[in-house]
Amino acid sequence: MIGKVIRIKTSIADAIPRIEAWEKATGEAKYCGDLATPDELIARVLVSPHAHARIRSIDVRAAAAMPGVKAILTGEDFPILSGVLIEDRPPLAKERVRYAGEAVAVVVAADEAQADLALQAIRVDYAPLPFALTPSQALAAGAPILHEGLGEYKLAVEDVYPQPGTNIVSQYNMRKGDTAAAFSQCEVVMEQRYFLPPSDHLAMEVRTARASITGDGEVAVTTCSQAPHVVQEQIATCFDVPTGKVRVTVPYVGGSFGGKAPVTLELLAYMATKKVGGRPVRVVLPREQDMASAPCRLGLEAHIKLGASKNGVLKAAEITYHLDCGAYADIAPYMTMAMAANGTGPYNIENLACDAVSVYTNHTYATSFRGFGHESYLFCVERAMDALAKTCGMDPWEIRFRNAIRPGCLSPSQIECTASNLGDLPECLNKLKALSHWEEGRRIRVDGRTVRAKGIACLWKAVNPPSDAISGAVLTFNADGSVNVNTGVIEMGSGDKTRLAQMLADKLRMDIGMVHVAMSVDTRANPKHWKTVASLSEYLNGVALMRAAEDALSQIRSIAAQALHCAPEEVEIDDAKAHKRSNPKEFFHFKELVHGYKAPDGTSVGDPVLGRGGFMLKGLSPLEPGTGRGKLAPAWTVGAQVVEIEMDIFDYTYRILRAGTVMDIGAPINLKATTEMINGGVSMGLSLASREAFAYDAAGVTRTPNLRTYKLLHIGQEPEYRVDFVFTPQEDAPFGLRSFTEHGILGIPAALGNALSAALDREINSLPITAEALWKAAGGNV
Amino acid sequence: MRRIEGKAIIELRVNGEARTVAVRPSDLLLDVLRNQLGLTGAKPGCKNGDCGACTVLMDGWPVKSCLVLAVEAEGHELLTVEGLEGKSPVQAAFVGHGAFQCGYCTPGFVMVCHAMLTHHPGAEELVMEEWLQSNLCRCTSYSEIRDAVRAVANAGKRE
Repeated sequence: MIGKVIRIKTSIADAIPRIEAWEKATGEAKYCGDLATPDELIARVLVSPHAHARIRSIDVRAAAAMPGVKAILTGEDFPILSGVLIEDRPPLAKERVRYAGEAVAVVVAADEAQADLALQAIRVDYAPLPFALTPSQALAAGAPILHEGLGEYKLAVEDVYPQPGTNIVSQYNMRKGDTAAAFSQCEVVMEQRYFLPPSDHLAMEVRTARASITGDGEVAVTTCSQAPHVVQEQIATCFDVPTGKVRVTVPYVGGSFGGKAPVTLELLAYMATKKVGGRPVRVVLPREQDMASAPCRLGLEAHIKLGASKNGVLKAAEITYHLDCGAYADIAPYMTMAMAANGTGPYNIENLACDAVSVYTNHTYATSFRGFGHESYLFCVERAMDALAKTCGMDPWEIRFRNAIRPGCLSPSQIECTASNLGDLPECLNKLKALSHWEEGRRIRVDGRTVRAKGIACLWKAVNPPSDAISGAVLTFNADGSVNVNTGVIEMGSGDKTRLAQMLADKLRMDIGMVHVAMSVDTRANPKHWKTVASLSEYLNGVALMRAAEDALSQIRSIAAQALHCAPEEVEIDDAKAHKRSNPKEFFHFKELVHGYKAPDGTSVGDPVLGRGGFMLKGLSPLEPGTGRGKLAPAWTVGAQVVEIEMDIFDYTYRILRAGTVMDIGAPINLKATTEMINGGVSMGLSLASREAFAYDAAGVTRTPNLRTYKLLHIGQEPEYRVDFVFTPQEDAPFGLRSFTEHGILGIPAALGNALSAALDREINSLPITAEALWKAAGGNV
Repeated sequence: MRRIEGKAIIELRVNGEARTVAVRPSDLLLDVLRNQLGLTGAKPGCKNGDCGACTVLMDGWPVKSCLVLAVEAEGHELLTVEGLEGKSPVQAAFVGHGAFQCGYCTPGFVMVCHAMLTHHPGAEELVMEEWLQSNLCRCTSYSEIRDAVRAVANAGKRE
């Protein structure tokens, strides 16, 4: 075929909008709660009003007799334990409740109103027990033990180390060098404690899930999960159903931030439908239960001791992290591991003793939250770095630049850092200095009652996926030559599917308009993707997708070679066309090739093009007990952030003026979308650090389980945002990209803390930093 | 005043059409729009008037449809995000400025912005802040929403 050469193709650099943008802007995008059907029953959950209590009895007789009620479930119905690391959590409490908000009973009724009325008629007789609300309380002698059966629980993985007879869920110890000797030679030693309360993900979409079972035992689940394949496998494990008989579908997810990675409501939905003969049942939570009952962000108590030379070169660190993981383990042991393996922050410290411990308390259980613990320990480490700078009489930027981890250094888990696996933190700091006008001064008196101050913080994050995490991609083609992308990656706001589609368009050298992505995920149709978590999807699925693209391209080349009467090596691909290298005007459009080629004489050539690619992580190893030596992650992402505030020194109120980020993202992929994602994280970090916390009353019940009392940042409170980038390729990743989607949050709480500590000239070592907290830090009391 | 017991048949004017629904006195407009009319653009986010994800317009003014009873909406013109048919300049601006990520709060934000720019075509920053404080977004940094609205408002000033 001879024709005109037209160039229409998308590159990774293009600032394209989200591929699903119009669906969302018009309200057509369907989320789990939008997919109600008239035949579905509604399940509501009764929750514990006590932080810790024995359940003496549950009387459901009156409730069961109420109009519309189809079934009532309690912990006796399915006496199972669930958990992805430690099987310690009954989906419905049995004999015991361990946090206020824990699910105790489920009512299934014809509609929500009837279910609600019946809930109120259930009588539960509780015998309250002593409770522990912080790691210190839970580790103290004589503390109530939450799980007497800890020694008998089944461990779903090998690298968790519960300590029966205590509230210790798991512990990871890092030992590098000789801290005792190193500290004895340090000219400067700084020691502080830090406290971070639990808080919530607060995705705008409240969690919901629906399940049904057909006559032949097929289980269908629709849910707002980040991990449909884990839902499938957990239901299979918990209820002894063949995995393939469980089909999990996930439409658009309305925000998740880690909070929709654990399997929670899906288990209740399965139990409920099973109890009513397989009829479809939807579990509906009000916002209050979504906050108090469903898993939240961890709390943290930390102790950091840093030793340095008098010119600020770090020599040694002793660090203790006690994670408040709440009443059940969920993924907290792995967050603990991540904190141990990265808990120094991005600094070169040759002598390290770091103990990270996850502790059961009578709080709502914690799960992954944007940052996977890094946003929490970095607050502590980066506050400590500022305190050390102050002790040494050094500039906070200078001390960070001097100690920044560089290629050739050993990480806390003794992995040798390279430019590829680490990135370039000094360059991020250099760019941050320019972007923040650091040389203006840290603290400036504006007038009689106003000061302006800046705080900086470095960030790094390495994920710790299971060493056998997998992903896959299947490409099929349409008659117009456009491609259909099938993967297991969830669209929940993080934009992975757009950037993956963009990478594919670049690779196939076609316009993004020719890339059609299956937005919802169906475990029966889409290849398994470990989970859409850890900012890892563009790497994990990206490798698989690029392999699928190579596979498809090689088939296209082979068909084109036959059609063009040349060798496959002589075929070039561009603008969704295959042409002869010697003559670009002699080409075939993809649409003539992707379903095989039919020559003018009717001869058929080739077969339909089907691209497939899979990827399993390689080369990771668990942490060695005792030293913590091991490789948990393919790579880090590094960066540096700044927050500038203006504080009223009389009433301690403050405004956040500017927030800046410089991050090494490896490759310039759609920088507009990348900037938006990073600033979203910054905004969440500012909200978290300035106002968010679950406030518990004396009985251990949260007083802030709704958006009226648990305040988020709103429009008008946002600062001016600035973002800049460094590009150090991660060599094993597509296009050299690095993970970044969570990372905007990471250094922000610390940078805000550093700015406010400078403004007030006090050490602010707790979150959230409200005006009241500042007043108290300045010596105010009631 | 009408007295309703049990379920009553009422007529709602939604997106320019007359729609008949059977409601209890306590049924929320939000639930009726979603469950009976299939208009799932308005989202439940708190059912407490705190988040704004369920915002629709009543006679051109934004209301949180979780704080309005369906029976109260009788006799009023309702406009939901579906009724904009993708034609509001706010929607194009939201797409172009990356004013959403997960998209769950978007229909609510779009409706508030659309109403504000109808009443204040060239809205200044403070007007925007006052109007848009009614809604929460957890994904974006808000600056993208502000940029989108500002772009439409600036176009309004030029007219």
